[in-house]
Amino acid sequence: MLRFLVVSVAFYGMSTFEGPLMSVRQVNALSHYTDWTIGHVHSGALGWVALISFGAVYFLVQNLWRRERLYSLRLVEWHFWIATLGIVLYVTAMWVSGIMQGLMWRSYDELGFLQYSFLETVEAMHPFYVIRALGGLLFLIGALVMVYNCWRTIRGEVRAEEPMARPAPAPAE
Amino acid sequence: MEKHAILEKSGWLLVAGILVTVAIGGLVEIIPLFTIESTVEEVEGVRPYTPLELAGRNIYVREGCYVCHSQMIRPFRDEVERYGHYSIAAESMYDHPFQWGSKRTGPDLARVGGKYSNEWHVAHLMDPRSVVPESVMPPYAFMLDRAVDDPDIAAHLRANRAVGVPYTDEMIESARADLRAQADPEGDHAALLARYPKAAVGDFDGNPRRLTEMDALVAYLQILGRMVDFTDPVTVGQ
Repeated sequence: MLRFLVVSVAFYGMSTFEGPLMSVRQVNALSHYTDWTIGHVHSGALGWVALISFGAVYFLVQNLWRRERLYSLRLVEWHFWIATLGIVLYVTAMWVSGIMQGLMWRSYDELGFLQYSFLETVEAMHPFYVIRALGGLLFLIGALVMVYNCWRTIRGEVRAEEPMARPAPAPAE
Repeated sequence: MEKHAILEKSGWLLVAGILVTVAIGGLVEIIPLFTIESTVEEVEGVRPYTPLELAGRNIYVREGCYVCHSQMIRPFRDEVERYGHYSIAAESMYDHPFQWGSKRTGPDLARVGGKYSNEWHVAHLMDPRSVVPESVMPPYAFMLDRAVDDPDIAAHLRANRAVGVPYTDEMIESARADLRAQADPEGDHAALLARYPKAAVGDFDGNPRRLTEMDALVAYLQILGRMVDFTDPVTVGQ
């Protein structure tokens, strides 16, 4: 749970730093009207708002229903990694596609003509939209895992399970 | 740090501090709006939308066209070469709300008027891939079957007048007639054009007998960017 909060703060920091950066005229000239903006919004919406909410939901469900612990901590861990991977795929795909489209719009060939038609930028973005869809799907799956976990917790069940294997911390020398 | 603890420990004091801070930020953003009358320069040619264009604009908003299309050409060399003269503030002065958009999944439409024929627009809206094979736009063929003969069209004009669009009483009275006349090849175009110069008239959707949403939307698209004459140096103040 703590992990959700820590990573959400990391995304919060990143997207609030990115915001003022994108308001700088020279950056905005490139980023405006492209997927960069979309990626920025989602790193805030999925990375910060959603992750901190997930952490809070796990905490609240356990405490409101006065359960010893959640149904499965392994599922929480799965949710965390699936969701984080989903966001990273989503946001990086949007960054690449946005910057690429911005650069394509403004690129000229050696004769001084616009190098790309608008449609060529649409075609070039296609693979990134596939990655984006995959990232979004992963994020959704993670959320469904949470719903399942919370539902079982509310029913008062506790899954008999081993904690996830963790590398032993290296002893201090 | 000692003094800051006072603020942090007293809830009401903190609330008061927040209110003052937010008020300053709010005023900085709101006060300039009172000067909007003088900051947006009027430009020759910009006029209120005809009833049919307004109906088309409402469809544009309803279908969320602005989600993928911008109507704002930035003053950059590549944008001006791609789309035409950069947008000026007066061109959006009768747009409530404005349609600048925030994302270009499709191209900018600020100057799409007159760029393509009515037939092209209808074919494109019915099946975008039939004229642009690489397009990712969804089809809007259903507009061809939906009538747009809105008996309340005058109310739309009045609503716009309430927020500052200079529709005259005459325009509001003849709103319904103008709505029908614009897309009717035999309509009274002289009166319409006297009220709304440069409006595209005649059938838009390929069926002169019916007044459809397709007529309205294409009429709207065909006026975009056409009101101001950018070849006239006096108009654009250069």
